[in-house]
Amino acid sequence: MTLTPTAPEAVGAQLEAHLRSRRAAGRKLLVPYVTGGYGDDWVDVVRAVADAGADAVEVGVPFSDPVMDGPTIQRASELALAAGATPGSILDQLHGSDAGVPLAVMTYYNIADHWGLERFASELAGAGVCAAILPDVPLEEVGPWTAAADAAAVETVLLAAPTAPDARLERICARARGFVYAVGLLGVTGARSALAATATEIAGRCKAVTDRPVLVGVGVSDAAQARQACTVADGVVIGSALVDRLLAGEGPDGAARFVAEVRAALDAG
Amino acid sequence: MADPTVRLTDPGDAGRFGDFGGRYVPETLVPACQELEAAFRAAWVDPAFRRELDDLLRDYAGRPSPLTECHRLSEQLGLRLLLKREDLNHTGSHKINNVLGQALLARRMGKTRLVAETGAGQHGVATATAAALLGMTCTVYMGEVDIERQALNVFRMRLLGAEVRPASSGSRTLKDAVNEAMRDWVATVGDTHYCLGSVMGPHPYPWMVRELHRVIGDEARAQCAALLGADGDGVPDVVTACVGGGSNAIGIFSGFVDTRAELVGVEPAGGAAVGRGVPGVVHGSRSYLLQDEWGQVLEAESISAGLDYPGVGPEHSWLADVGRARYEQVTDAEVIEAFQVLSRTEGIIPALEPAHALAWILRASDELSGRTVLLNLSGRGDKDVGQMMDVLADRLAEERP
Repeated sequence: MTLTPTAPEAVGAQLEAHLRSRRAAGRKLLVPYVTGGYGDDWVDVVRAVADAGADAVEVGVPFSDPVMDGPTIQRASELALAAGATPGSILDQLHGSDAGVPLAVMTYYNIADHWGLERFASELAGAGVCAAILPDVPLEEVGPWTAAADAAAVETVLLAAPTAPDARLERICARARGFVYAVGLLGVTGARSALAATATEIAGRCKAVTDRPVLVGVGVSDAAQARQACTVADGVVIGSALVDRLLAGEGPDGAARFVAEVRAALDAG
Repeated sequence: MADPTVRLTDPGDAGRFGDFGGRYVPETLVPACQELEAAFRAAWVDPAFRRELDDLLRDYAGRPSPLTECHRLSEQLGLRLLLKREDLNHTGSHKINNVLGQALLARRMGKTRLVAETGAGQHGVATATAAALLGMTCTVYMGEVDIERQALNVFRMRLLGAEVRPASSGSRTLKDAVNEAMRDWVATVGDTHYCLGSVMGPHPYPWMVRELHRVIGDEARAQCAALLGADGDGVPDVVTACVGGGSNAIGIFSGFVDTRAELVGVEPAGGAAVGRGVPGVVHGSRSYLLQDEWGQVLEAESISAGLDYPGVGPEHSWLADVGRARYEQVTDAEVIEAFQVLSRTEGIIPALEPAHALAWILRASDELSGRTVLLNLSGRGDKDVGQMMDVLADRLAEERP
């Protein structure tokens, strides 16, 4: 068994350092996901979930063709695009949002590529975003992006999927920054009625080869499932289950209630 | 003058055609793409696999497809028009070449289910057919808009035992059907092969699908040599085909890329990725892409469901950049005209897709005067008759005083 060395990052690394220190304090990590621009109050939602106990917030920059996303986040993305949201407008609104926790952006490669990788990385940094998640850029293609991101001190979160052989997982965990996003099941984002067995399996396989924070996302849908995933993982990303509530009109208050409930379950350990 | 030193090559582990191509897929799918690449590399040099595929192409699909000289239309246009008759293949288009190869490969890999996207329905019908032939289950995603305008093909797929699932997000056309098929594959990758229908998507698809359609160009090269050899070098002056993703075009181009023949791809004006796009990444590869100022993919707009796609296969982008092929655009109105011209003059009702290439020939007949032009007639028009009945009835009604 090889452990990725705990090399302290030269610059940046705000997200990973933050998550490591919270983990060291015995806390399970909670990162809610919000689609940027899905509704007028989306920045309030970001602040609300941060206040309700999130350790970081993942903000989706909507893309026209989100192949890793299921119906909920597709719908939120379509609403955001129809309302005129652009990568520029999302980052403008995030800038000065003062959420109080590190922010990560999730979007698809063409958004970054079209803006220009260096420009996109520096715009993220300028907006106070620590990290980026590009789910359609696997290890073999990520080089040009990580070069730009590293230079701008933006951390690149990589996905680790249940289909990866051990040697591949090791390489993914070694290149990831911020945290390792362990994909909890075979499938796209979306709430499920039960946590898949693959969720704790993949978390365990990642934990065996890295000491970076390992968070399970995709298919973690409620407080009980989050708690179950965290029997092995360092934390969870909760996306569709939160966005379902937002699409139902629950707004910042509903989002905060949901995140607080998950927080309490994780803290009760 | 066409550069005959250009070659369509193996794009290597990285799957690159110059700057284009690559493998931009969710991490979950990377091992499956790698496994597929390895399996195809092994199968493609395995004589037993090649023999089984060749036998199916001959005895089941009806290959070789004929080369037809259009005497009447040639005389009208003042050029020599040859058609490669992919419309005469079983299931009515060139799509069967690729699908039989991929289905055999899937079976060899131990997969029991095929998933596919379809636009006009030709690839969906071909995939459903191959699944029936090999005893596999089959799910085809099709945009809601296309399900409406290609009802006959939807019924055909269901007759063949496939499940047709509507893609109801975004533009509800081919682009969204690809999204849904990829999402399906992310969830089912253990037992399922994604039978992608064009020379697009992540590596190895653009290369593998080109190799599986190479038979079009190889046959046409030999047929042209036999027909034209006595008068010269046996090579047509121009080789043309319609381009959506670009599989039938790359198939016929592959037989002539190393000759003096000029290669012309014809895109719909409303979906001209090469003509009007800029490089971008969607559906697994980098290629020319119709997109807005922020990189959001635009919706294509074409009368032909099979070409209603904002991207194009990466090898076409490369061929355009190196100047070995050029890409023209035609309008829906020109296509409707070409559809009728071939029907009336030669007794061949073409699919709307290859009617694009003919529409360009009709428009460029002055430039093409006296030259020999080979058109890949990639599919037959049966599937489009219903849609054209409505289009032409509307026109007739408008023309009435």
